[in-house]
Amino acid sequence: MLTIAGKTFSSRLFTGTGKFSSPQVMREALERSGSEMVTVALRRVDLADPADDIMRVLDRERFFFLPNTAGARNHKEAVRLARLARASGGGDWVKLEVTPDPRTLLPDPVDTLLATEELVKEGFVVLPYINADPILALRLQEAGAAAVMPLAAPIGTNRGLVTRYQIEIIIQQATVPVVVDAGLGAPSHAAQAMEMGADAVLVNTAIAVAGDPVAMADAFRQAVIAGRLAFKAGLGRVSDQAAASSPSSGLEFIR
Amino acid sequence: MKIIVNGEDRQAPPGITVAAYVATLGFDPETVVVELDGQILGRFEYDERRLAEGAELELIRFVGGG
Repeated sequence: MLTIAGKTFSSRLFTGTGKFSSPQVMREALERSGSEMVTVALRRVDLADPADDIMRVLDRERFFFLPNTAGARNHKEAVRLARLARASGGGDWVKLEVTPDPRTLLPDPVDTLLATEELVKEGFVVLPYINADPILALRLQEAGAAAVMPLAAPIGTNRGLVTRYQIEIIIQQATVPVVVDAGLGAPSHAAQAMEMGADAVLVNTAIAVAGDPVAMADAFRQAVIAGRLAFKAGLGRVSDQAAASSPSSGLEFIR
Repeated sequence: MKIIVNGEDRQAPPGITVAAYVATLGFDPETVVVELDGQILGRFEYDERRLAEGAELELIRFVGGG
C-alpha cells in the first residue's frame, strides 16, 4: 500500500483525465486502469455548455481527485488556482505545476518552491511537479511537500525515462513518496520507473491518445504491478561480463 | 444591468444573488467555483452575495487534465 499524507492507495498508477476522445472512453479507461487517484485541471466554464462537467462522469467514491495548477506560469497564478480548487470542494490536495514556457512545459523550480512554501503554510497537501533535480526534490521535501513528482520527459512527449539517472538519485534520497510523472509513453517505461523504486507513476497522454485507450489502461495497470513486484523482489546485478546460467561442469561427455 | 461573466458582457437583473444568476445560466451552483470581483466565494456565500452593476464574475470548474 502506498501512503501519501496519511491517505492510502492500493494502486500505484495515477492517471490524468485530459486528451480523451470522449467522457465515456475516459471513464472506461480510468476504471480499467485500476487507478484510485486522477488529476483534473481548473478552467473557466463553457457558458454555452453547462452540462459539460467532468464531475458527472467520474465517481468520486471511486476516484480521489487531485486538482492541478496546470496553466500557471508563476507562483502567484499557481497559488490562486490551488485556492480555487479548494473552494470548489476539491479538498486540500494539489498537484503543483508552474510551467512558464509553453514550448517545453518544463517546471520553474524557483516558483515551484515559493508556491510550495506558501501552500503548505495554508494547509494544502502539496505534490509538486518538478524537473528531475535531486537537490530541488530535497528542498521541496524540507518545505513540506507531501510527495515529489519528477518528470521522466517533458509532458506529452512519450519519450520515457530520459531522466533515469537523476530519478534514481531522487528515489535514493527521498523520505516522501516519489511519483514519476510526465513523458512515460509506454507500459515498459512505467514498469522501469517502478523497478527503480518509484512509489507511483502518473500517466495521461500515453493512455488517452492510444489506439485503444481502455486496453492501454489495462496494459499500464499490469506494467505498474509488474514493476513494483520486480522492485520488491530485488533485481539481479548488472554485469559487464557474461555468466553462464547453465552449469559449466559435467560436459566431459561432449568434449 | 450590465455585468461581466468570464470576460463576456452579460445582462442580469439588479440585486440578483450569485446562486440565482448562476442558475439562470443553466449551471448547478454546486458544480462551479465563483470569483466575484477577484475574490473567491465560499459555497455558503452564493445565496448571500448579490450582483451589482459592472460586477465581474468568473465561473470555474474542473476539466480533464494531467
